[in-house]
Amino acid sequence: MKNLVEINKLAFQRNNRSIFKDVDIFIPKGKVTAIMGPSGTGKTTLLRLIGGQLLPNKGSIKVAGQEVPTLRRSALYLLRKRIGMLFQTGGLFTHLSVFENVAFPLREHTQLTNAMIRSLVLMKLEMVGLRGAMHLMPSELSGGMARRVALARAIALDPDLIMYDEPFSGQDPISMGVLVKLIRMLNDTLGLTTVIVSHDVQETLSIADYAYVISDGGVIGQGTASSINKDTSLQLQQFLRGLPDGPVAFHYPAPYSLEEDLMSETTDV
Amino acid sequence: MFNRIGMLGHIGLNVLEKYGRAGMILYRAIFRIPNISKGFPLVLQQIYAEGVLSLLIIVVSALFIGMVVALQGYHTLSKFGAAQQLGPLVALSVARELGPVVTALLFAGRAGSALAAEIGLMKATEQLSSMEMMAVDPLQRVIAPRFWGGFISMPLLTLIFNMVAIYGAYLVGVKWLGMDAGAFWSNMQSAVDFRLDIVNGIYKSVVFGAVVTWIALYQGYDAVPTSAGIANATTRTVVYSSLAVLGLDFVLTAMMIGGW
Repeated sequence: MKNLVEINKLAFQRNNRSIFKDVDIFIPKGKVTAIMGPSGTGKTTLLRLIGGQLLPNKGSIKVAGQEVPTLRRSALYLLRKRIGMLFQTGGLFTHLSVFENVAFPLREHTQLTNAMIRSLVLMKLEMVGLRGAMHLMPSELSGGMARRVALARAIALDPDLIMYDEPFSGQDPISMGVLVKLIRMLNDTLGLTTVIVSHDVQETLSIADYAYVISDGGVIGQGTASSINKDTSLQLQQFLRGLPDGPVAFHYPAPYSLEEDLMSETTDV
Repeated sequence: MFNRIGMLGHIGLNVLEKYGRAGMILYRAIFRIPNISKGFPLVLQQIYAEGVLSLLIIVVSALFIGMVVALQGYHTLSKFGAAQQLGPLVALSVARELGPVVTALLFAGRAGSALAAEIGLMKATEQLSSMEMMAVDPLQRVIAPRFWGGFISMPLLTLIFNMVAIYGAYLVGVKWLGMDAGAFWSNMQSAVDFRLDIVNGIYKSVVFGAVVTWIALYQGYDAVPTSAGIANATTRTVVYSSLAVLGLDFVLTAMMIGGW
């Protein structure tokens, strides 16, 4: 199987607003694939669709050859054991220590002894450089450390696929550098397949083997980092170069012109 | 006209949808409990969080309520020369009504609001979503133990409330106002029926425990994951629980007096 995730003709609506229209995305096995796009284009929604937390209106989402939207709960949970996900906020359990957070999936899904769980947790924490922080509570961690703990927890069950939701947002340059290095290193050493959803263009493209850029419910560009950078599409270039105006307008559409609004006698907002 | 009918229908559908979701949560909380080895420690933790940590407010409230009922009752009964009936008055009031109802109201304010806020925050900080993505059902791991914790804690808290309130009445009636201790206890013993008074009060507390915990868990689980959403969920938990307890108390009392 060449692709671990195959999304075909995906359509998804929320509150009568179309998020995706006819989207095709393929995530090759063993590679780091980036999904980029401006805020509010549905990148996180796409991860939730892949993980079966949301159901599409149309189209097919296959993970490891299984059609996710049609899976029964037990089969879906079996599949999820092979998927790790790093949430934007980390999603650490605030009442559990760093050690217990990483041990959580192992305690839930395996019959391993405490000694074995301890060894595994220490190995995972060592991978992300936080073995020394195992006794800390999540409230004692910096934002970057919390992401790394969440990363250790996401790989605790040695998944086939790992999905990152905005891993770099709100990180200082050092934490960002650490995360960039970790994502690539974990993908290569553990033989994972990685999906990164992000709008941090340079950091993401620096480690992605392939990237998709989504906007307005569809894919507006795809390819390797160099081919995406060379793409001349206005919409793509506006996003990649961070231009304030362009196909994505600076002004939110208003029903009346500024003059009409200012001259209006109504006091209603 | 048709718009109004349409709006009414829309509101009706929304309400039904909410009841449906709440019903699903209750169903899963009851029937999707974790296995004994994992579930028992979780339920025990919740009995501590919801029950033991509510003890202080329950004990203090019960003591004062018992003392006030004794004081009021003694002065009224004295007018009819029936002060010796203070024991039965306090015991029946507390065991039948005050115990289950006040415990449930205090429980809603102390443990119910905490449950709603905790679940709402877990939702807002993506803890529930991350649990789902780790193939762990949050309804089984988070909701069910909390439901059973509340369900078990409430009758126990009610029994403690009853005992402390009666002791408060004893302090006022016997130790302060000088009633005969033998008359206080023996009249109470002869007037209180174990099945009709004590057990019926416990039945009430079991129903209140289930309802208050269910409302708190649903409000937290269904909260809009923002600070305003969690604040609303907490407020609604206390308001809806209090109304439900008072309304159900009337229904249950009517059923019990009617000999159900």
